[in-house]
Amino acid sequence: MSWSVRHVVVVAILIVWFASLPRAARAQENPYIVTYDQFLEEPRNLEIEYFSTYGTQRGGNNYHSYWVEFEYGATAWWTTEFYLDAQSTMHDSTVATGVRWENRFRPLKREHFINPVLYVEYEHVNGADKILKELEGHDVESDFLTPNGEARKETKNEAELKLILGSNFKGWNVSENFTFVKNLTNEPWEFGYALGASRPLGLKASAKRCSFCPQNLVAGAEMYGGLGDRYHLGLQGTSQYLAPVLAWNIPSGWTLRVSPTFGLNSNSHQFMLRLGIAREISDFGGMIKRAFRGHS
Amino acid sequence: MRRCLLAVAFSAILLAGSLSMAQNPGKRSEKVRTSSPYAELAKAPEKAQARPNPLQDDLEAVSAGRVLFEDHCAECHGFSGERGKHGPNLRVPEVQNATPGTLFWVLSGGVVRKGMPVWSRLPEAQRWQLVRYLKSLGVNDALTPAEGRPKDATGYPGIGTTNRAVE
Repeated sequence: MSWSVRHVVVVAILIVWFASLPRAARAQENPYIVTYDQFLEEPRNLEIEYFSTYGTQRGGNNYHSYWVEFEYGATAWWTTEFYLDAQSTMHDSTVATGVRWENRFRPLKREHFINPVLYVEYEHVNGADKILKELEGHDVESDFLTPNGEARKETKNEAELKLILGSNFKGWNVSENFTFVKNLTNEPWEFGYALGASRPLGLKASAKRCSFCPQNLVAGAEMYGGLGDRYHLGLQGTSQYLAPVLAWNIPSGWTLRVSPTFGLNSNSHQFMLRLGIAREISDFGGMIKRAFRGHS
Repeated sequence: MRRCLLAVAFSAILLAGSLSMAQNPGKRSEKVRTSSPYAELAKAPEKAQARPNPLQDDLEAVSAGRVLFEDHCAECHGFSGERGKHGPNLRVPEVQNATPGTLFWVLSGGVVRKGMPVWSRLPEAQRWQLVRYLKSLGVNDALTPAEGRPKDATGYPGIGTTNRAVE
């Protein structure tokens, strides 16, 4: 089976599976792909997300990296997420690249002008990882030149901490993320950032349910990149990206995201196209509970 | 390898904990069970309480608010606002007699420690539409005063009892 046919089959299976999921909840998501806002998953809801990144590669083969996220609202102040990552490099191979488990905690009881969220993630990934879900340290385009067969032999166990700050003002959401990553072997702390701003195209809801109403479309932009490491802090030798983002929150419970991403310096991939599709299942926790206890 | 095993074990414990917390509301502390779900309304600052609903005279606000309520609130509070699996009854005097500004304040900030998320992810105009719809529901006269209502499995007075009383 050729590379492209295999991908069509995988995407088709995912779409059919998503469509068959029960009890969709109406999502109201911001369009960011890398930046986190201050909002957590609603309690007991499960959001299943599939993201793709098609990336160009100078001096090597273009690639398609993808990941599936299972995001569960444990409480109103705690969201936990599990990721499965993989990538396909053209004229090379398809490899699974690792798993991630993240937790986000909202420390303050109420909404304020600036709302902090604490983020803790453990990553078990290999050197072929290309999802670029976040950038830190001196991650650059040339890191991706290593063939998959060789790159996957390197295993990384990383702890990642983020301080997420988010504000809402006159319909706008502005979010700032500060990333601190530590490879659990003897490597220095690395740093990164992500900034995002977005706004729904319409602020009022319509009196009738509709798919193409302006309030269902959220547009904005995000910028992200590395900030060096403990010994070489700064922008030198880092990659930087700027990406317009658009999300479409469909009343049937689906959210679609698209983000053409542009590299801002010579260390960055020149262009990436990022796509996301998500579906939220309401009261997943209750469904699990009933499954184990039986209907009363 | 040992680090990896430790990390996996830690992950499993946290995951089990999160599922357990989400699925066993009945095992939460007695304090959470017995405190009034409407107590947050009294905490609204005076300035917030006094805010009028800018969409009070908007003819479409109620129907738009209804759509928003069904999309985002009904899962916990029930489609009629008075019978939900996880959230308190909204057709009681405590809620219906609260000022629009108070409801907007609670909606925007959530009651995070008691399971209600912040809804400032909705634009301000949509939150006012929701408030307009909530106030249009009115008090269900079949209800007894909140303090006198028995607690159900969720720990909230009145939930799950109203419709049975009506029936």
